[in-house]
Amino acid sequence: MRTEAIKLKKRKGPLNLKKNWVLHVFLLPSVVLLFIFNYIPMAGLAIGFEDFKPWLGIFRSPWAGFKHFRFMFNDPTALQVIWNTFVIATLKIAIGAVAPFAFALLLNGVKNILFKRTVQSLVYLPHFLNWVILGGILTDLLSTDGLINQFLQSLGLDRVFFLGDGDWFRVTLITSDIWKEFGFGTIVYLAAMAGINPNLYEAADMDGATGFQKTRHITVPSILPIAVVIVTLSLGNILNAGFDQVFNMYNPLVYQKGDIIDTYVYRVGLIQGSYSLATAVGFFKSVIGFVLIATTYRLATKYANYRIF
Amino acid sequence: MYKISLSYRLFNAANMVFLAATALLCVLPMVHVLAVSLSSDHATTAYLVKFWPIGFNLASYEKAMNSNSFLIAFQMSVLRTVAGTALTMFLTLLAAYSMSKDDSVFRGRSVYAWYFVITMLFHGGLIPSYLVVQKLHLTNSLLALILPVAVNVFNVVLMMNFLRGIPKELEEAAMIDGAGHFRILFVLFLPISLPSIATLSLFTMVFHWNAWFDGMIYMNKAEMFPLATFLQALVASFDYTKIGLNPADLENLSERSLKSALIFIGTLPILLVYPFLQRYFVQGMTLGSVKE
Repeated sequence: MRTEAIKLKKRKGPLNLKKNWVLHVFLLPSVVLLFIFNYIPMAGLAIGFEDFKPWLGIFRSPWAGFKHFRFMFNDPTALQVIWNTFVIATLKIAIGAVAPFAFALLLNGVKNILFKRTVQSLVYLPHFLNWVILGGILTDLLSTDGLINQFLQSLGLDRVFFLGDGDWFRVTLITSDIWKEFGFGTIVYLAAMAGINPNLYEAADMDGATGFQKTRHITVPSILPIAVVIVTLSLGNILNAGFDQVFNMYNPLVYQKGDIIDTYVYRVGLIQGSYSLATAVGFFKSVIGFVLIATTYRLATKYANYRIF
Repeated sequence: MYKISLSYRLFNAANMVFLAATALLCVLPMVHVLAVSLSSDHATTAYLVKFWPIGFNLASYEKAMNSNSFLIAFQMSVLRTVAGTALTMFLTLLAAYSMSKDDSVFRGRSVYAWYFVITMLFHGGLIPSYLVVQKLHLTNSLLALILPVAVNVFNVVLMMNFLRGIPKELEEAAMIDGAGHFRILFVLFLPISLPSIATLSLFTMVFHWNAWFDGMIYMNKAEMFPLATFLQALVASFDYTKIGLNPADLENLSERSLKSALIFIGTLPILLVYPFLQRYFVQGMTLGSVKE
């Protein structure tokens, strides 16, 4: 098979442009757009090594070397922001890995199809709403007079400053992110569970296995490989704490514990105009992200035969 | 059937209660917003409303519908969604067709594959991307919301995997009849691919409808805000003048119910396509995962 392909290639000549030029033309617009909006910004990271002045432009702004990087690693605010990002993202990844898996297992145990479908339809919904909408809803629900605090008071508990206390704000971020995404995360697992060979369950029934035993010895091992791939790939997000969410829910009261790299870059760069510092911080994030994504993709390719293209 | 133990039945009952409660938790916030938006000024400012309107009225919806800036923002969103989705799907189809060819047929394919993958792995970040759009004089233009996100590599991969699933014989037969790549794609493959195109289109539409950040940084004028950005400006800052609403108009109308009404209207298009989304997204999520 392989040698045949090589032989064919040789016979056809180097690029076969006469027949395949259309294929290149089809790709041209995408290549051009990616070049302008993805590759040029990568080159634009040079700003992080300059004292960039918008009126001088990228080519005439003075060179600054690692100045902004040194500043970043010595500035308590920047370090705090990096730490916040790491903590929030890690907890989101960890809980976000378990919640959909567990929920799918519980849902899979239900026999009533109508009940199952209804639950599925409802839990997918928040995924399709953006953080502007959800932030608006949640800041209202979690305010001191909001529905959640009314509920806590009716239970005889104290009011909680979900959006005004740093630690509670982190809890709020993580919980609401899981709430938004866990339902959608179950799709892959439920699809995988639907694909499990029913003979396995029948054989287990014959042997008198209980529901728990079937789950433990058939369902879980069958979907574990997919779970491993999903969790591995999610590790690339270790510095993605969720700009949209934080930006739409935070306020200066919780900057200390809730400000993350992306919101910091936005404020320092686009609001205060320190383009170079913001770019340097963004560059740091991109590099970490790149290393992690490249590593996890390699792992997924090697051990689970996962391929993109 | 076999005997079902009591403990298993108990577990099942508890399980169903838990699942139902969780499912309710996912939609009750939306119900609350709807209830607040339909309630009277008095009930909302006193935080009396839970999941059913108190003092039912449509004043906040009337106010929203009479606000010019709201309608303009709505139009902007429709425009960017339609134009953006059309462009993205066109580019996706073209690129996916070329990428679906075997390396042996299409030399240079792997170069393109790397070119695409690198954009998924590494980003220039916010500031350089912003400066590129600014330097191209795209700010305050619809193009700033469409062009930077026009190529979605993930969509290309999903579409490519679908095209690869089409039997080779079909294409070979067409080629023998003298059809070129152009005709194979647009006359032969396009009609077969409509379900996949519909799936990816729906996702792209939701993406465009929900996008707000690009509108915030690339549009300097509030008249150019798409709805999501408009809502963001309103919900986050409560600055009604910024979006062209006169604070004096808000008499007898609580800020909270107007805000809730706007949020609900902003969600409505998503709720309308939700049944279709549901039908397609399981298919969409698994579109790329089944490979030989």
